[in-house]
Amino acid sequence: MKIHHPPPLAILAELTHRCPLRCGYCSNPLELSRRSSEMDTQAWLGLLDEAAALGVLQVHFSGGEPAARPDLDIMVEHAEKVGLYSNLITSGVLLDRDRLESLAAKGLQHVQLSFQGAEPLIADHIGGYPGGHEKKLEIARWVGEIGLPLTVNAVMCRENLHQLDAMIELATSFGAQRLEVANVQYYGWGLLNRAALLPTREQLDKATATVEAARERLKGVLVIDYVVPDYYARRPKSCMGGWGQSFLNINPEGRVLPCHAAESIPGLEFERVGDRPLVDIWRDGPAFTKFRGTGWMPEPCISCDRREVDWGGCRCQAMAVAGHADVADPACELSPDHDKMLAIAASEATGESEAYVYRRIGGPAQ
Amino acid sequence: MSEPVMIGETSVPAFPRGVRLKHDEVRTQWVILAPERMFVLDDIGLAIMQGVDGEATVSGIVDDLAEKFQAPREQILGDVIEMLQGFADKGVLAA
Repeated sequence: MKIHHPPPLAILAELTHRCPLRCGYCSNPLELSRRSSEMDTQAWLGLLDEAAALGVLQVHFSGGEPAARPDLDIMVEHAEKVGLYSNLITSGVLLDRDRLESLAAKGLQHVQLSFQGAEPLIADHIGGYPGGHEKKLEIARWVGEIGLPLTVNAVMCRENLHQLDAMIELATSFGAQRLEVANVQYYGWGLLNRAALLPTREQLDKATATVEAARERLKGVLVIDYVVPDYYARRPKSCMGGWGQSFLNINPEGRVLPCHAAESIPGLEFERVGDRPLVDIWRDGPAFTKFRGTGWMPEPCISCDRREVDWGGCRCQAMAVAGHADVADPACELSPDHDKMLAIAASEATGESEAYVYRRIGGPAQ
Repeated sequence: MSEPVMIGETSVPAFPRGVRLKHDEVRTQWVILAPERMFVLDDIGLAIMQGVDGEATVSGIVDDLAEKFQAPREQILGDVIEMLQGFADKGVLAA
């Protein structure tokens, strides 16, 4: 019997891994795709057709830096044509005003622009790209002038968390509608750099208070989403709204993934766009069925009343911290590996490790 | 910095750029699509949001609904303002 599974709501299209910024917190894999192995324009357009037919409602053009692909404009235009709501998740630094206007004219609905700090010194140190912060200020202004909705993605870590108030100020000064206070999530390069990135609990508590006060103060003006680092959580996040529940990710080479970090789990088999119809890959592709639903769950998840709320948390984090993908996310205080997570936070957040291993194609520099 | 939107009877609600009402054909439901978010509408929500066209006042939308559903205007007014204010607070409705 074939069980009908609801179609995905959103798709993350990682058009490329190339990016001028070199942020050590990047959640892309250590082994980054090269330009020569990227999926071509026609295959991406076909993928958008398939996604729309399957029931996807939103596409997030991401990367790497999606604007590194000259055909981004063609893809935005096609997304609009097939009825997909298009978001651009960008570092901004490759954009100029003409390109933004062209994207808006072709149907782009929303820009999410990342910031690495409230001023150039720290921001450009984290981004590993001199002049990046100033460029982003310009981009934010243009997005506003063109009239596109803007989300500021404030990426927070130990080095910049004390600038949170100023970053909220920055977002309101742009007229942004949304601010994502995104504490770094520890995947890919971020995991590699965890000891240099992880904030102290004291820093985090202060940030939480700052966010709560700002939400009150800016009600109806700025919506603030707040992502807490899992290392200080008591219950895990509902990662991707559940594995294979509502979301899929296409990596630059066209591999269809349940989440952007899924390749960090050994033994999973990923299909590529074009191998089979997307509807089939989504329905019964081995990577999607592996952790979909509750059938895979061990204790304490399987008897937990939150099993269909957080879906056992994040598989990639279970892999990274507990060494197995098929156990409860160690972020959960009910997980037998939770102490391990707390111990990592206690030892790594002390601030002894400061230097980032900057992201680069070809893997970490020796 | 913009000011919070306060919805009253004389407000003229509108979908700002980047927010659209869409029929989701695969799931046979209506949704509001907004930046990286979506809201599923039930029948009542749809009836209210279909009245939002950037021209009609809240009062006008309520009059239409009262006639359509043959229901007390005061009750509808409360429901409509509550729903529209909720969307305004989420940043997906202008007025």
